[in-house]
Amino acid sequence: MSLWYLPGLPLLGALACGLLYLFSLPRRSGGAHGHAEHAHGSGATDHGHADGHGDDHGHGAHAVAPGASNPLFGIFAIGPIACALALAIAFTTRLIGLADGQRVIESAPWHWFDAGSYQIVVSLLLDPLSSTLVLVITGVGSLIFLYALGYMAHDEGRVKFFAYLNLFVAAMLTLVLSSNLLGLFVGWEGVGLCSYLLIGFWHRKGWPAEAGQKAFVVNRIGDACFVLGSFLLLRLFGTLDLSDIGAAVVSVRERPGAAFELALAALLLFGGCCGKSAQFPLFTWLPDAMAGPTPVSALIHAATMVTAGVYLVARLAPLFAASPAVLNVIGVVGALTALIGASTGLVQRDIKRVLAYSTVSQLGYMFIALGCGAFTAAVFHLVTHAFFKALLFLGAGSVIHGMHEEQDMHRMGGLRGPMPRTFVTFLCGAAALSGLPLLSGFFSKDEILAHAWAHGGIGVLTWLIGLAAAAMTAFYTWRMVALTFFGNARYDERAHPAHESPFTMTLPLMVLAVLAVLGGLLGLPPVITHALHVPHVLGDWLAPVFAPALALLHPGGPPPHLSAPIEWALLGLGALVALLFAHAGFHAYANGPELDGRLSAARPAATGFLGEAWKVDASYVRRVVQPIQRLAHLIATACDLGAIDGAVNGAGTLFTRVARASRAWVDGSLKSYSLWVGAGAALLALWWMFV
Amino acid sequence: MNVPHAHLLALAAVLFGLGCLGFLLRRNAIIVLASIELMLNAANLAFLTGSRMHSSAAQPSLEGPIFALFVILIAAAEAAVGLALVIALYRLKRTAELDSSSELRG
Repeated sequence: MSLWYLPGLPLLGALACGLLYLFSLPRRSGGAHGHAEHAHGSGATDHGHADGHGDDHGHGAHAVAPGASNPLFGIFAIGPIACALALAIAFTTRLIGLADGQRVIESAPWHWFDAGSYQIVVSLLLDPLSSTLVLVITGVGSLIFLYALGYMAHDEGRVKFFAYLNLFVAAMLTLVLSSNLLGLFVGWEGVGLCSYLLIGFWHRKGWPAEAGQKAFVVNRIGDACFVLGSFLLLRLFGTLDLSDIGAAVVSVRERPGAAFELALAALLLFGGCCGKSAQFPLFTWLPDAMAGPTPVSALIHAATMVTAGVYLVARLAPLFAASPAVLNVIGVVGALTALIGASTGLVQRDIKRVLAYSTVSQLGYMFIALGCGAFTAAVFHLVTHAFFKALLFLGAGSVIHGMHEEQDMHRMGGLRGPMPRTFVTFLCGAAALSGLPLLSGFFSKDEILAHAWAHGGIGVLTWLIGLAAAAMTAFYTWRMVALTFFGNARYDERAHPAHESPFTMTLPLMVLAVLAVLGGLLGLPPVITHALHVPHVLGDWLAPVFAPALALLHPGGPPPHLSAPIEWALLGLGALVALLFAHAGFHAYANGPELDGRLSAARPAATGFLGEAWKVDASYVRRVVQPIQRLAHLIATACDLGAIDGAVNGAGTLFTRVARASRAWVDGSLKSYSLWVGAGAALLALWWMFV
Repeated sequence: MNVPHAHLLALAAVLFGLGCLGFLLRRNAIIVLASIELMLNAANLAFLTGSRMHSSAAQPSLEGPIFALFVILIAAAEAAVGLALVIALYRLKRTAELDSSSELRG
């Protein structure tokens, strides 16, 4: 079995779903469509009526949801990713069977194209790092696909939805498996495209389409940096092969002047990560991306696509390790993002926006880890975050579904009664996110903070900010739990009773809840692994991948471990902060959202500042959008209207005026003509006589 | 008789100028036609003078007189057509004033 099957299967699924959708679209002309529309509008009882009159396509269901009534739809939708998951498990098992340090499976290379002396050869490469990502993508992805089948069950575009979703998985797998930066970029742009399509999936509502465009445009800024960085790498290394670049970093750095260009390339690539992984200052698209259907938010904007930047830095770890200054920039940007995201989450009312800002902040955490050179910790947090954040998003989706599309937490409350399964699983996710002891988020967050502390220097600053962000995270998480599931119902219980979601939606929740609770076992902190004589599973698994980068980062041997007392102290501090602020957040809002109103009344400026994510968006409008609009206006009036239109219109006016002036000479009077003839003849005569 | 060539040419120029002014300034069609005749004859005089300037006893030049004959011929034809037009105009407008015919003025 070739690795090409991994992205190939979802791609086939996307094609199959797409074709099924296209061929099931109602024909635009003819009476059948009108009948079906009529049946749709006036309720299910009229379906028979529509079918009775059905001409060439008799199934009313076709017009309601094109292609969904086809028995193959379920297979096309879920089959590819389930097969991909099975394949991923099989490949990983094979990888485990290989000797330590030689764990690489590479597919047959594909000679894509030549550009001058550069040969672009793309192959797929499975090593411990990409296999971890592939397992997360296909594993969490499968669960979310299953969930989406229930969530989108009443949406008329669900076949198209699964076409996009499959395409996304194909692109994401290409991204993490590609052995070549250019192949990675194909996946990078592919996931961006699918993100755009899926954010704007409900584009008829208007604002999702705008949110999709915003995501696309903001990501373009990052992608431009990515491309420039790639060009620089190509010039420095003469290749875009990721492992070749990693291996050549040391020798290239020796060249005079190359260190600066290496750092610049790394910085530009990190700019790309800022866009894709929603880091300051390009994070503003992610909260708006919540306009997409909730499974999309869970899969793309929490678990997989937004972690692509983390993956890229981890994949090119040697490049970044060669430029410690860039690592510091990454750490500071990550810390700042974590702080902005977490503080903004404190005052949001929309349950999905809380989770979106939480994602921004958790991604910031991963970049704090990368900035400290703690690549394993970043990947560990990536994995646990994929578990608990996907769980939280799906739980929020279940709540929204059960509340009839209500997303405002102020109009929820008391949902633990009508939605017990969603409640319990959401609780697991919330506990993991807020870092309550012994859950997955606790261990991964603690590992990051411990590394930041041990890194010293600027790491201590990021540690401090990280701890503050952790406190806020615990607070807003339990505020969200309290507002949603506790207190009195703040909605019309009789008119729109909340209901538990169907089994296809709660089953993924339960599986993810187990993963969110137990995911921490993948990476227990050193004090515990030493005490219990168990391995740091993920650390040992990834160690060979990151060994070259760490050797580059710490030329004098591995850095000393933190002493056990300090590590216990840090663990205890993390646990204490999480418990304290979780408790505070829960009790402040357990009886209802009154505190929000009091806060915004007492400190309107501060809550407004936080509510709009530190006014980053507003400052973009003021500092970037409006100046560009003014410039555009200037160009439109001065250059377009003035110069270009002026020249064209001026030419016409000139000829009209000349014609009007010369018309006096052509007055039709024979005498004046003869005068001119005579005058001309006289002039000629004078000319001949005197010249 | 030996009139200098310059005098003859000057006379031709004066005749031509008079004809030209008459053509340009007078409005009566018959006067205008007469002015044209005057200019043609000025031209004839210039032709003949030119011929005399460039001929000798040994090589008499005949181009000038022949041209003058042609001009007289054409002038006769032109006068016939012109006067016919004037009569037609007079019948139409009851006048021979040229300014009265301005229907084609653009």
